[in-house]
Amino acid sequence: MSNSAVDQEVECGNVLFTELEEFIRQQPKSRDSLIPVLHKAQDLFGFLPVDVQEFIARRMDIPVSEVYGVVSFYHYFTMQPRGRHTINVCLGTACYVRGAKKVIEALTEELGIKVGETTEDRRFSLSSQRCFGACGLAPVVMINEDVHGRVSAKKIASLLAQYE
Amino acid sequence: MAINLTIDNQPVSVEAGSTVLEAARESGVIIPTLCHMDGVSSPGSCRVCLVEIEGARTLQPACVTEAADGMKVKTNSKQARKARKLSVELMLANHPWDCNACVRNQDCELQSLAQSMGIEEVRFPYAKETNPADKSTPALVRDMDKCILCRRCIGVCQDVQGVGTLAPRSRGFETTVGVGAGDYLEEAICVQCGQCSAVCPVGAIYEQESIDQVWEALDDPEKHVVVQTAPAIRAALGECFDLEPGTRVTGRMVTALRRLGFDKVFDTNFTADLTIIEEGHEFLTRLKKALVDQDQSVKLPMFTSCSPGWINYMEYFYPQLLDNLSSCKSPQQMFGALAKTYYAQQQGVEAKDVVVVSIMPCTAKKYEAGREEMNDSGYQDVDYVLTTRELGRMINQAGIDFVNLPDSEQDSPLGISSGAADIFANTGGVMEAALRTVYEVVTGRPLPMDKLHVTPIHGLEGLKEAVLPLENCLEEWSFLEGVEAKVAVAHGLDNARKVCDMVASGEAEYHFIEIMCCPGGCIGGGGQPRLTTDEVRKARIGAIYTEDEGRPVRKSHENPAVTQIYKDFLGEPLGHKSHELLHTHYRPKGETPAETKG
Repeated sequence: MSNSAVDQEVECGNVLFTELEEFIRQQPKSRDSLIPVLHKAQDLFGFLPVDVQEFIARRMDIPVSEVYGVVSFYHYFTMQPRGRHTINVCLGTACYVRGAKKVIEALTEELGIKVGETTEDRRFSLSSQRCFGACGLAPVVMINEDVHGRVSAKKIASLLAQYE
Repeated sequence: MAINLTIDNQPVSVEAGSTVLEAARESGVIIPTLCHMDGVSSPGSCRVCLVEIEGARTLQPACVTEAADGMKVKTNSKQARKARKLSVELMLANHPWDCNACVRNQDCELQSLAQSMGIEEVRFPYAKETNPADKSTPALVRDMDKCILCRRCIGVCQDVQGVGTLAPRSRGFETTVGVGAGDYLEEAICVQCGQCSAVCPVGAIYEQESIDQVWEALDDPEKHVVVQTAPAIRAALGECFDLEPGTRVTGRMVTALRRLGFDKVFDTNFTADLTIIEEGHEFLTRLKKALVDQDQSVKLPMFTSCSPGWINYMEYFYPQLLDNLSSCKSPQQMFGALAKTYYAQQQGVEAKDVVVVSIMPCTAKKYEAGREEMNDSGYQDVDYVLTTRELGRMINQAGIDFVNLPDSEQDSPLGISSGAADIFANTGGVMEAALRTVYEVVTGRPLPMDKLHVTPIHGLEGLKEAVLPLENCLEEWSFLEGVEAKVAVAHGLDNARKVCDMVASGEAEYHFIEIMCCPGGCIGGGGQPRLTTDEVRKARIGAIYTEDEGRPVRKSHENPAVTQIYKDFLGEPLGHKSHELLHTHYRPKGETPAETKG
């Protein structure tokens, strides 16, 4: 990365921290504000790395052990960076019997990551959920907000190509 | 208001607001508990206190269920017995079965519970991953394989000490007790007080042991091994041998140490007396600079500095108040520095051959001994620190019948001390010892209190205060005439935090403040025999005051060995040699340990 790119990234990080700090200031001074603050932080940063957790702990005067405890307790919060696009594979009963597992295997192979991980270039994050309520289209894969039905392992490459 | 209920068909009357557990105790029924700690926390997580309550749909945990009028409780019904036993069996499925090779063997609450419930076979397979123990700090070992998730450690760390190093992490079967936001204690903000290790019911948190190193030094004919014992040991060591809390075992302790093979049995009390002389003069010098010289750079109130957990706390959380700390080293460190200089010269041994072993009620003392600046003798001043519990184990290893030992006395000169040094063991004691000397230095008269006790600062109240009017002062101290010396005493770091906030905001009007890191002071230290409840604290404090009152010399400045060392070696209080050997400096630890390193 060139120096200017590094500077840009640092600058960008500072802006996010400033915005987070402002948000914390607006919250009632109480431990109860921790969850809304974590939501905000994850919205801003995409994930909750330890340095963000330490920042929150200091600004809210809460031990970092407790912040980490909350982040690790709720599955919604993640310490893994998120990719630009989130792939969600449905593993509900209908999708499962119609080959969702093979779809996951194909995605894993194509992207070189496991479920819950993000590609090195931060293009994709891979996750799975139980049922999207679209069983008629099984097996279903969601990429960001787009629902893709009747996905097969063969279609994966062309599907991913739509997302840069 | 009293309410009436029955426990196992026995009528019992208790105060409204009592728990079923308390009502059961009142009626002589012992309900087992693992997570509950009287007056500290009761997370209701261990499920070994489940009882049947008539009309309730399910079994209820006795520790968090409030007793109600007319309630009918069965603690011993088939259903309750079965459920409690199942709770313990499930814990055992999650806990290693290597009891014989565990530091807590025969001192383990889970082990004794399993035994008392008659568990003779383990129905469930061992279901946990094994991970190596965290031995990253000099004070504590954390072996999460053995953790039963009772959360007592979290209760003391968050609520009693207000430090919050520990918190539960993840959920369900993955749950562990986490440290900070990392995997190792050394990376977390931890003052190493060891209160977690003092309440752990199993072998999940314990002191980093130095027993083997001490045996090795004792076995080495080239080494001259001396031992010092903190004031709090003599009021608690007996508990390692099933003596009642509050049994004074000073004489037996000295005999046992001699039989273990130490070349000299000395006493941290000697340097506690010396601390009073140095710290007392430092305090008076600060007062003079502030009141007479109008020196704005002098910081008041002055905080005591004997407690290494407290020093760590200040370095992490209140770096802006570090100049308020007395520059006196703790008695342990003063002892080490003198043992390898003054004593070595006197004894005709080379400092490099002197090994200083400390017996401390404390785990933070292990960290303190290893601080890089603690080498003013030219060597690490204190080589090894053993907790009271480790000394108990060592005495057992040596096959010494401690309970039936005859008494003996400490060696001269570093074993000679006053009653003022004894009371360093408990909250309020360092302040009382200081006042006994400071008042007499300033007025020429003894402290005008019954038995020299400053009773307002006695007891287990978290924050205590006293006011001492200084009248008819000696000429040298005439600037203090009419001054009302205001002192405060706090113990347990959550109480210390309140005092620090008052000082930082300028609302505190104290001159001198004593802080001890652990609840009750050193008698309740993280290295003391388990389990330290308030009853145990009171018993140990009682023993300490009895020890003090039985002494021919009860003021530090009347200790003849202290007078002698100033004459022969140190010169004068706060003199050149004192500064070199007995005083230290502090440094902010930054917001996280990582920042300190950087």
